[in-house]
Amino acid sequence: MKITKQEVEHVAKLARLELSEQEKEKLTDQLSNILTYVEKMSELDTKGVEPTSHVMNINNVMRDDVPGESLSQDRALSNAPDKAAGHYKVPKIIE
Amino acid sequence: MELYQLTIHELHDMLKKGETTSETITESVLSRIKAVDGKVKAYITVTEEVARAQAREADKRIKAGDTSSPLLGIPIAVKDNMCTDGIKTTCASKILGNFVPPYDATVVRNLKQAGYVLCGKPNMDEFAMGSSTENSGFFITKNPWDLERIPGGSSGGSAAAVAAGECIGALGSDTGGSIRQPASCCGVVGLKPTYGRVSRFGLVAFASSLDQIGPITKDVTDAALLMNIISGHDEKDSTSANIPSPDYTRALKKDVKGMKIGLPKEYFIEGMDPEVEKAVKDAVKMLEGLGAKVVQVSLPHTDYAVATYYILATSEASSNLARYDGVKYGYRTQSPKDLMDMYMKSRAEGFGPEVKRRIMLGTYALSAGYYDAYYKKGQQVRTLIKRDFDEAFKTVDVIATPTAPTAAFKIGEKSSDPLQMYLSDIFTISVNLAGIPGLSLPCGFTSGNLPIGLQLLGKHFDEESILHAAFAYEQATEWHRKRAKL
Repeated sequence: MKITKQEVEHVAKLARLELSEQEKEKLTDQLSNILTYVEKMSELDTKGVEPTSHVMNINNVMRDDVPGESLSQDRALSNAPDKAAGHYKVPKIIE
Repeated sequence: MELYQLTIHELHDMLKKGETTSETITESVLSRIKAVDGKVKAYITVTEEVARAQAREADKRIKAGDTSSPLLGIPIAVKDNMCTDGIKTTCASKILGNFVPPYDATVVRNLKQAGYVLCGKPNMDEFAMGSSTENSGFFITKNPWDLERIPGGSSGGSAAAVAAGECIGALGSDTGGSIRQPASCCGVVGLKPTYGRVSRFGLVAFASSLDQIGPITKDVTDAALLMNIISGHDEKDSTSANIPSPDYTRALKKDVKGMKIGLPKEYFIEGMDPEVEKAVKDAVKMLEGLGAKVVQVSLPHTDYAVATYYILATSEASSNLARYDGVKYGYRTQSPKDLMDMYMKSRAEGFGPEVKRRIMLGTYALSAGYYDAYYKKGQQVRTLIKRDFDEAFKTVDVIATPTAPTAAFKIGEKSSDPLQMYLSDIFTISVNLAGIPGLSLPCGFTSGNLPIGLQLLGKHFDEESILHAAFAYEQATEWHRKRAKL
């Protein structure tokens, strides 16, 4: 499966990754190679085979809602690249 | 023998008898790090001060007569993708270069309760994506047996630190072989537990349905001892299994009479190094000599494991790594134009090439129009791979294979071709897809004096059988006593 540079650009946007021209060229090649290899899977007939998303047979694990210790605001914000007045600060969103 | 060369259980015995102190052991390890880490480069962070304080604390407990914990006062390295409260946890990524977690991973809490000494946070492939530690965002770790070679990956720093005597034992994490393959490359023991056996709370997520934390140690007994401390249910990880954990040291028996060991024919393939093949077959013969019964088994979908893994793991990764957006923690680009620009540039500048490649592959596989062909197909093939093991384990207790098709390769040898690198995980990946436990232990050396690993696989939640077989083999051989000369 060959993918095009346009597809790489589209996927990069979905993934929120800015790519240089050089990266785009390289990824177009490399992803095409990997996808060609991965196509191996289509040799197998998987009609009616249940997909495994997870090896453990568990669903909706519940626990009691008990109040516990939580991080202080200071600790929770301690790794923020930018903060102000007890909040995370980001570039302006609404014009 | 220097103290740093000894095992957890040997040092514990000495501490119990009052023959040494945790401070003495810790100083031995710290000075070993000073002496050799310039060459090996196993550590991103060495936690000297923390280690000394914890050692003093341990010595107090020992003086007061408390020697019940086998880990008390023992220096351990914790892979840099497990959160350590107040200590930098980088995942070997620039995007987390300054990240200081405000909490401990559950495994770290368990280690603390056991009175361990944290000696540092070892290097790894960025976000655990790689098989050589060449993908670290900071520097490349070298194999202590041959400094021109890779230590394996992604837990390459952990395995190299154990092999070089730069810690007594370590924790690694394994998504497609990241504990077992570096253990094999560095001539030490590495155990990936059953999925769900060890809490993943506080482990930086790569592929959540495959990731598992486990021990990397100098021998099988130490692996069992660390398993006793880290395994068990954790309400903070909803995928941790709510079943009791055994005392793994009880599985350490020399007698394997009646044990059935399966040899999968699909694992002895062309392209495998003949020295590796011979060492592994000799190891199996030895187990046979010790009373085990060896039978051929078949895992017919083995050939599809790498393809399946690189769709499923990258899909999960693309979703897990969406959180690195430059808002709450981690790296943010300087003066972005707007919010979108901040996301795009922070991620572009923060992630390395392999991480970007996998995010791209995973995003593609999950994108509209391709989901069924890749992600769903991958999940279906995963079912077939899992069934192969279920079927094989109807007739055998343990499956024996090589851990990797070759011994440690040269730095740079595979880094230009991602696909070739992926194929070095060919024998370890199916185990994560099936969720079963797997252990690698040394079973010989190549003519170039590079360690070779034997991989033992077990049924879900049956780490005991593989520890049993591993211990019996280890006790009948001398490989685990060999130490890399630096």
